[in-house]
Amino acid sequence: MATYAPSNTIRDGQSGRGGSTPVPPGGGDDGRGSDSGPNYGARLRRARLGLICAVATVAMIFVSLTSAYIVRQGLPTYDDASSTYVHDWGETDLPWRLLIINTILLLVSSMTMELARRRVARKAALAPLKSIPGISVGEEGKVPWLGVTAILGFGFLIGQWLAWRELHLRGFFVNTNPSSSFVFLLTATHAVHLAGGIIALIWAGMTELLRRPVEARRIVVDITAWYWHFMAVLWIYVFALLGFAR
Amino acid sequence: MGLALMVVIWLITLISTYFFVAKTWWLPLGAADAAGFIDGQFALTFVLMGIIFLAAQLGLGYIVWKYRDRAAAQPASYSHGNTTLELVWTTLTAILFIGLNLMGSRVWASERFEPAEAGAVKVEVTGMQFAWYFRYPGPDGTFGATSPKLMDPSAGGEAAVGLNTADPAAKDDIVTGTMYLPVDREIDLSLRAVDVIHSFFVPSLRFKQDAVPGLNIHMHLKPTVVGEYEIVCAELCGLGHYKMHGMVHVVSQDDFDKWLAAREAEKQ
Amino acid sequence: MVAMENPHAHAPQGFIRKYIFSLDHKVIGIQYFFLALTAVFVGMFLSLLMRIHLVWPNANIPFFGHIQPETYLTLLTMHGTIMVFFVLTTAPQGGFGNYFLPIQIGAPDMAFPVLNMLSFWTTFVAFVVIIAAFFVQGGAPLHGWTGYPPLSAVQSAGPGEGLGADLWITSIAIFCIASLMGALNFITTTLDMRAKGMTLMRMPLTVWSWFITAILGLLAFGVLLSAGILLLLDRNLGTSFYVPLVVVSGQIMGHKGGSPLLWQHLFWFFGHPEVYIAILPGMGVASQVLSTFSRKPIFGYRAMVYAMLSIGFFGFMVWGHHMFMSGMSPYSAFAFSILTMCIGVPSAIKTFNWLGTMWKARIRFHTPMLYAIGFVSLFVSGGLSGPFLAQPVLDIQLHDTYFVVGHFHLIMGVAAIFGMFAATYYWFPKMFGRMMNEPWGRIHFFITLAGTYAIFMPMHYLGMAGGTRRYSDYREVKYLATLMPLHRFMTFAAIITIGAQFIFVINLFWSMFKGPKASDNPWEATTLEWTTTTPPPHDNFGGVTPVVHHGPYEYGVPGAAKDYVMQTDPTTVSAH
Repeated sequence: MATYAPSNTIRDGQSGRGGSTPVPPGGGDDGRGSDSGPNYGARLRRARLGLICAVATVAMIFVSLTSAYIVRQGLPTYDDASSTYVHDWGETDLPWRLLIINTILLLVSSMTMELARRRVARKAALAPLKSIPGISVGEEGKVPWLGVTAILGFGFLIGQWLAWRELHLRGFFVNTNPSSSFVFLLTATHAVHLAGGIIALIWAGMTELLRRPVEARRIVVDITAWYWHFMAVLWIYVFALLGFAR
Repeated sequence: MGLALMVVIWLITLISTYFFVAKTWWLPLGAADAAGFIDGQFALTFVLMGIIFLAAQLGLGYIVWKYRDRAAAQPASYSHGNTTLELVWTTLTAILFIGLNLMGSRVWASERFEPAEAGAVKVEVTGMQFAWYFRYPGPDGTFGATSPKLMDPSAGGEAAVGLNTADPAAKDDIVTGTMYLPVDREIDLSLRAVDVIHSFFVPSLRFKQDAVPGLNIHMHLKPTVVGEYEIVCAELCGLGHYKMHGMVHVVSQDDFDKWLAAREAEKQ
Repeated sequence: MVAMENPHAHAPQGFIRKYIFSLDHKVIGIQYFFLALTAVFVGMFLSLLMRIHLVWPNANIPFFGHIQPETYLTLLTMHGTIMVFFVLTTAPQGGFGNYFLPIQIGAPDMAFPVLNMLSFWTTFVAFVVIIAAFFVQGGAPLHGWTGYPPLSAVQSAGPGEGLGADLWITSIAIFCIASLMGALNFITTTLDMRAKGMTLMRMPLTVWSWFITAILGLLAFGVLLSAGILLLLDRNLGTSFYVPLVVVSGQIMGHKGGSPLLWQHLFWFFGHPEVYIAILPGMGVASQVLSTFSRKPIFGYRAMVYAMLSIGFFGFMVWGHHMFMSGMSPYSAFAFSILTMCIGVPSAIKTFNWLGTMWKARIRFHTPMLYAIGFVSLFVSGGLSGPFLAQPVLDIQLHDTYFVVGHFHLIMGVAAIFGMFAATYYWFPKMFGRMMNEPWGRIHFFITLAGTYAIFMPMHYLGMAGGTRRYSDYREVKYLATLMPLHRFMTFAAIITIGAQFIFVINLFWSMFKGPKASDNPWEATTLEWTTTTPPPHDNFGGVTPVVHHGPYEYGVPGAAKDYVMQTDPTTVSAH
């Protein structure tokens, strides 16, 4: 968006002649669309912008949890009995195998999500062609990638629940020591946000069933997909933090 | 209306300024080493901000009167600003604000970046809901151990701070509810809190520091004027926050020694 | 939540869709406005009770009875929380921002109307939850709006620290989510829905202020949410994020090793941007109103934009200045202190520019202008106590005294409120199609200006004399008892000033129904909301898409037909 560079003189002369001043470049498109229908391109751009804001916010939540993690890890407190400062971070015996399986599930789900996203993007791009007589666009594959992603995501959540149960069996609860508190806090916060992503996936699936216009569906799937990828990246981050910053 | 505004703004400004300049309510008498510089820095900030306050408010009042809309007024001057002026007043403001701050940091550094001098009088201050306790280490110069398990606030004194009387270093510790300090000696304060955050504030000694559970915070000060100074709690600590007060008695070295000896004697 | 179809094709029918669950940003803006109006009266009433108790501690208040020391602390906690969140973060941004941002940039609505509706109702739920805290067993919490643990983390540390405190935290968490939804909407709308010709540097300063405020909110509220979750865990699940080993009333609590300072860092990382969230929209409105009624462009439009951007940016770096006495490292204190002085510079620039706008102007003294001028005066007064507090060595004396209370009330509790008054009197004609009563507006202004100065200026004297804050009774400590005359004066001033606010409320509601009808542009202003009908139609511009040819403050353009050039005027040529 170029900004309008003002000249220093005030030009006169055009005012009385019925001509209008040239409209400078810049300013946005409010996506009102024209008579030919809503402007989906603008709507997609707008939705993606909204998603960037949402991602920034969720990132800030994890930034603040990370900073709490680092501070708490390094924090000594005054112990009356020994009259010295001591560290009490403790450690947590994490169920690595389960967590790695969950990680793989999530990464695969990201791949299937991407397949779904690209498929609906292709469909949306080719949709205008369908009205041209004599043109046939090839059939897309039948695998319901959205559904597969939702199932994998659900599998991840179940896997996380199993991991929490395993931690309990090993004697680590949310209040056992600071390390275990953070393990539960970080994984639960991620799981809550992922659950939100699954709801979005279900809604995206419903737009298909409710036969919304494919361009509108594309927007929903696109946003859900990017959010889903963010959830995967976030999980890698949490996993790495819990793994390496013990 | 322009005139009314100018009068009201000027009146508010001048009345407020009067009470500031007359020092009707002012900082209490400074009775510690740090007071000289703190009060000086305060006065400097005060004068500078006061000049800006008067200039801005009186200027605002004048401008709204002078440039009021009336038949005889000049047309409004069409101007989008003046970049040179912007740069000048931005630079001046930055120099003023940052310079003022750097001047104040010298004393902050000497007070807080360095520990107490050797030979300082050690006192431990413990805050709890809703009283202050003071502990002196006694002739052995060491504070005895305390333990949360031994704490009993209702019993007062040694039990309130949870003194472990089995510890040999604790045998000569004195715990009181009033604070005595010798004048012109450096004091090494250790601040502790038992339950919630409190703050040890003695306005006359220009001293304030939060007492935080889980921390043992060392601060130092040097009282310079004999007298009695009230201690108040300066961090909301619960329903008794307003009555968590105490007294600091700054006395001569002789009187301080006598007082300590009397407390030791009571312990036997 | 992108709407599937164009929501502007048909205006909604039916009472519920038109007024309750409306997707129209104008209705939502008015809903936010009335929520904030309710909240401000609750908050003011709480402060009235506080001021009465300070002077007459044994008074028997009708319906309330005696106010106990712990009740006083509950009043002050809820007063602060309700005012900061449900008034100062709600009315300027959710109220006026929602109503006028889309119109001022030439858009038919916000980017995500459904999200907008949800963000209002979520805010409403948060308000219900916090009011509920008063009525549960133990009552509302007493730990101050800042909620420092361990006092806020240990349920037995004080009355109200049980369920009341949990509700308090929950309400704030819900409010965080509502704000984040709103912030997302504001940012997307501003970046993506401006009409043709509305470049960033032609947006009114109100739009800039809402935009920057939304960015601050987006980045800060998430941190508060985290802090609140950790506090809920400490309180209810036995974790020790904030609480070390403590002994409360002789009982050892089950916590170990936590840090009360961790809460302070997280809280103030949010808390400092929050106060800029509270004031920036007021600054935007002040610029808008000052320019309109001076009949002059704003002095230094670009500098004003850069100043607001710097304030936003630096606002994230100064949180430690609330913690100079906390036990934080003195080296950090030094760093925070320098950064805090830096943030004073853009604020000063804005003040110079407001004065510059009125220099050689032709000032029209309608009520909005009175409030904008009052804003400048109050901002100067409140701002100049800042450099005292920003110096740690002076903060030793002034921290946790009434000096701080006076400082933030003058800025947030008065200047920001004056911004809202200015906005109300300015935009009322556009929102409701009628004019508010001018003479009563003037009376309200003068009493409020003098009254608020009378309440909050003496707090500086009180603080310098060592008058500590959050004390329910000043008679216990000898030197504090000598300061009672100041408290008496402030209480009388408060009673009168609070009484005068009824003039405003009566004027507001009376004018809504009986005020003289307003034309489309009663103030002869230039920005886009004044190009459309009064009140605006459902899609804001009646099917016509605005095209912008000028900057927002083209007043007094030499050679122009009138003393103002509307932004959409295609005939006159000006340099901006």
